[in-house]
Amino acid sequence: MKQFEKFLRSRFAAALLAVLVGFIVSAIVLAIAGYNPIQAFAALFKGAFGRPKYVANTIIKATPILLTGVSVAFAFKTGLFNIGAEGQYIVGTVLATIVGVKLNLPMPVQIPVVLLSGIVGGAALGSFVGWLKAKFGIHEVITSIMCNWIAFYLCNYVVMSDTFHKPNSSSALAVNPSSYTMILGTWKKSAAGKEFLAGVPWLREVLLKTDLNAGFIIAIIVAILASIVLTRTKLGYELRAVGFNRDAARFSGISVERNIVLSMLISGGICGLAGALSITGTSPHTITLLAAMESYGFNGMSVAFIAACSPLGCIPSSILFSALIYGGMSVQQVMGAPSDIINIMIGTIVFVTALPGIAPLLADMVAKKRRAEENVRVSKDGTPLPEKEA
Amino acid sequence: MESIILLLSITLMYSTPLVFGALGGVISERSGVTNIGIEGMMVIGAVAAATASYFTGNPWIGFLAAGAAGALVALLHAVASVSFAADQTISGVAINMLAPGIALFACRFFFDGAAMSPIATKLPGAVFGNMSINITTIIALLFAVIMWFVLYKTKWGLRIRAVGEHPAAADTLGINVYRVRYACVLVSGMLAGFGGASMTIAIISQFTQTAISGHGFIAMAAVIFGKWHPFGAYGACLLFGFTQALVVVLGGGNFIVPSQILSMLPYVMTIVVLILFVGRSVAPKADGVPYVKGSR
Repeated sequence: MKQFEKFLRSRFAAALLAVLVGFIVSAIVLAIAGYNPIQAFAALFKGAFGRPKYVANTIIKATPILLTGVSVAFAFKTGLFNIGAEGQYIVGTVLATIVGVKLNLPMPVQIPVVLLSGIVGGAALGSFVGWLKAKFGIHEVITSIMCNWIAFYLCNYVVMSDTFHKPNSSSALAVNPSSYTMILGTWKKSAAGKEFLAGVPWLREVLLKTDLNAGFIIAIIVAILASIVLTRTKLGYELRAVGFNRDAARFSGISVERNIVLSMLISGGICGLAGALSITGTSPHTITLLAAMESYGFNGMSVAFIAACSPLGCIPSSILFSALIYGGMSVQQVMGAPSDIINIMIGTIVFVTALPGIAPLLADMVAKKRRAEENVRVSKDGTPLPEKEA
Repeated sequence: MESIILLLSITLMYSTPLVFGALGGVISERSGVTNIGIEGMMVIGAVAAATASYFTGNPWIGFLAAGAAGALVALLHAVASVSFAADQTISGVAINMLAPGIALFACRFFFDGAAMSPIATKLPGAVFGNMSINITTIIALLFAVIMWFVLYKTKWGLRIRAVGEHPAAADTLGINVYRVRYACVLVSGMLAGFGGASMTIAIISQFTQTAISGHGFIAMAAVIFGKWHPFGAYGACLLFGFTQALVVVLGGGNFIVPSQILSMLPYVMTIVVLILFVGRSVAPKADGVPYVKGSR
């Protein structure tokens, strides 16, 4: 009982509780709408992990939201709310596409250059928002939302521009193949590769039917780096000090303004990298005309919040959300239930994580119950309770 | 001359949803609760209005349904931010994620899997020569006046402002801080819901995925620009409505700037306006700070 109480006070319990509530709420919504929730969740699970191909796709889809999640978590740890991850991601895709189309260098040079241009794009937009906050004190939430829409239309502008538009399509030209980051990208299509893969069906399915790419490995490295920077370096200490108590930080000689811009620069750069990796790693290897926000940034926020804004915690939580989002699509295919149920689930999960103290509240209840039980046991022994005497 | 009248008429039309959203922001923040969820509440209002108006054929029922739906979502925000002393920014963001999900789910549920509603009956409007004004524009102005009157001329208004400035002091004088904040957040949601309705059953006549795209956030910028005052916010919304009208009017002709770049105008304008004015407006002192009874 005591261990259960301790567990309830942990961060993991809070996350678990939030996910549980998310499932319960969406089950109720599904039931009201006349769909069998158990069937829906089974379809979801099968769609996310049912075949090697699906598992690979879940990992592929986890890449951008792991990075945007780390970005949001990093900013949050330094007292900033980066709701602009969406826009920084978009700018990352746009710049990576522009550079990837225009340049055609040897692969070992081309890939870093394309990724770097994405990082620069995201970092520029992020630091702009940070600068607006540092210099004018404008709340970063409002400016970053505005930047999201500016990035959205920028993307559509580039897609439709004469230089980059691919004729008779709704997308831009694809980047040069020297920028591709798929794992064994050329080998798997070669004669030798095909021959080898014919003997290993699951690997064949994973490699040939998906865009399995190096992105997730890079994303994990970034998550680890972000964690190290935050907790083990002077830079991270200063950034967190500014987030924790701005006045105290200023008093101890830390430049608050510089650190706000720096934090948003790093945060934005990570989102830009996410965008660039999407372009280099997955087809169609270009940007397409956006009709609505693609929610990579917003899902990143969910990833970060459920991980209590720990960059390392974002790794499992990105897999969870990717499974929900990717598996959720098959809910619509299998049962015809609107796949938007997943957004309801994710929204509920984030909402519950916003409520501090629900899990500790349960812990208090458990503690109370335990104390009551202990009291009962004592009285059964025949020993009178001190409270009763008083 | 004709294009000026057209510009004016579109300005009023496009500023209306923003006015409702901004008034919602004013009342909530005046009571000390930051409401980033305005956007989500507007989306819910938008889908509720279009759906109710389509099925009943009566746009007024749609309008009221939008207000009720907005308030219902606001209740979530109130529970989180008032009762649970949650991080109001995260709660608002969660609502902004939840609401489009609910809206699209409802839309697909009611309209056979379509992401947009069929054409619904619109609210009436009046036509003066070349100028047409929808009834929602007048209602929005009316609400601004009522809110000004309530906030500055009645004892309830004084209580609301006191709760937003110094909740502990208000509490010692016997004002129920929680009740005031609940009421203000609910009204805020209702107004945001009306704002959604004035998009889907006044400007356009159906719900689409992009019917509300950042309007709630522009409305929040208008609250700051308007110094948390109903009339200030109203004026700010007119300005933002004007930039959107420019996009519509200039985008229709053979203007040299590409339409995608032109579409950025309202968002760029918001940032510019904030740069120019933000330092000069002061938020209610307890805005965004959860009140815990007995804490100092």
